[in-house]
Amino acid sequence: MSKVKRNQWIAFGLLSLATAFTIVILLAILFYVMSQGLEMISWEFLTENPRNMGAEGGIYPAILGTIYLVGMTLLIATPIGVGTAIYLNEYTREGPFKRTIRFTTEALAGIPSIVFGLFGFVFFVILLEPYTGGWSILSGSLTGVIMILPVIIRASEEALRNVPNALREGSLALGTTRWYTIKKTVLPVAFPGILSSIILSIGRVVGETAAFLLTLGGSLLLPRTIFDGSRTLSLHLYMVAMETGNMDMALGTGAVLIILVLIINFTAGFLFKRLVKRFS
Amino acid sequence: MFSKVNNNIEERIVKAILFILALTSVVALGLIGFFVFREGLPFMIDYGIGNFIFGREWAPLQQIYGIFPMIVGTVYVTILALIIGAPIGVAVAIFLSKIAPPKVARAIKPMIELLAGIPSVVYGLFGMIVIRALIRELSHGPLSDYLPANYQTGYSVLAGSIILAIMILPTIITLSADAINSVPSEYYEASVGLGASKWQSIYTVIVPAAKSGIVSSIILGMGRALGETMAIIMVAGNTVAIPELGWKGIFSPVRTLTGNVALEMGYAGPEHRQALFATGIILFIFIIILNSVTLAVVKKKED
Repeated sequence: MSKVKRNQWIAFGLLSLATAFTIVILLAILFYVMSQGLEMISWEFLTENPRNMGAEGGIYPAILGTIYLVGMTLLIATPIGVGTAIYLNEYTREGPFKRTIRFTTEALAGIPSIVFGLFGFVFFVILLEPYTGGWSILSGSLTGVIMILPVIIRASEEALRNVPNALREGSLALGTTRWYTIKKTVLPVAFPGILSSIILSIGRVVGETAAFLLTLGGSLLLPRTIFDGSRTLSLHLYMVAMETGNMDMALGTGAVLIILVLIINFTAGFLFKRLVKRFS
Repeated sequence: MFSKVNNNIEERIVKAILFILALTSVVALGLIGFFVFREGLPFMIDYGIGNFIFGREWAPLQQIYGIFPMIVGTVYVTILALIIGAPIGVAVAIFLSKIAPPKVARAIKPMIELLAGIPSVVYGLFGMIVIRALIRELSHGPLSDYLPANYQTGYSVLAGSIILAIMILPTIITLSADAINSVPSEYYEASVGLGASKWQSIYTVIVPAAKSGIVSSIILGMGRALGETMAIIMVAGNTVAIPELGWKGIFSPVRTLTGNVALEMGYAGPEHRQALFATGIILFIFIIILNSVTLAVVKKKED
């Protein structure tokens, strides 16, 4: 074997090894958490209240808290994010305004989540307490909104950009207004892409912990309104692992989280594929 | 005619609403900067910026707030995570974009996305149970003669770095692969056409051409490691102490800047709280520096 060939053989071997290593780590984490955690999951685990700080009992309040938080966050973030994307893609040309928004979204995407938590704490929890109820689902959601805005804006912009211009021109040529064209022609076509961005941002909210640690309050009670404190599954996992040391309960919660993330990724991927198919 | 006027009004209202929505993120960023600095900066100036940054003792009950150990901890864990994670990430990116058959690459991509989607607390939990136990085997076993007792628990710089290295892999892989894929295929074809081997072409032509993209992917991964909070709290031990110099240091428990804020915010009194906001400011500054470096790298490529 020549030296060149041998070098190539070694290099490709190492690169494949790195890839195999990455996959093995992923599978190891999934396998470990699922195999240990699935044993914990039962109907009672999913529907009962925790006892003894979460060291025993179920995780029902955390499931409910997660659903409330995700719902509220999306309810607020979707119009803002999609609206921003429409404005950027359909109403402006390249210029200082567009550059400012782009810089802002990039900066927001780079800020560590604990800093969002600090801000949410001083602004939503303390300053706006009369309106948000202090540590509450609402304070957590408003903090979450700022965190997922960059994701929704960027992906929605991308989805809008992928809509062929011929569709816009065709609609405008029929004498419709710009907004009518967007509403009836552009948005329906971009819909799967926008939806997949929203679903991916659900994953971000479900997986986030640090920001909610400072804004959600971590209450173990069943939340009744959005002004009540609560905890998400991620926050519950953290508190159970660190405060009670009951790793089995934490692993059970981890398994539920992984199943959620799998569903989210699968759905988003499916929608994205449909979007790609449409234009090829 | 009448309906046209109506449409014009609707059109203008819609445009105004969309404009306001677009301003939200700018306002949010402004508010974040304003409030974090408003809470933390006066304290930092009162206490003395030098004392705060270079103070080696953190004892909120005695009104002593020095975050130097946390700065060292953050930098230590982040750099070690990069040393472990960056070569693997770039290698996987090269493999996926240039070597793997398209079918294999297509099968691996969703796995990388899944790696990015796993919540950080799940990484933390895995690290806390599995990685920590493995490190403890080593530090409490064969190395126990050389290490002080508090370096033998497994909660350590090393455990934190390994978990962070795994967590930044998706960022580095995805962005590096993008950079490699955007190198015009003519470069590669020309190189192979001149008689270079596949690997020679990748190593001497493709990777240098994608260098700025690869470097910025690593810096972004660094930002992710720097800002990570939960996973690192769960595995790093959180002791406020500067690790020993030399190899023993990687077995030392550490606390990061992010960990400091998350751990103590829950029960902090007014002044203590301001000190934690000031910790947030230091973190903010770290991120701004990193982003400026990324911008400079990207700009340099454009010139």
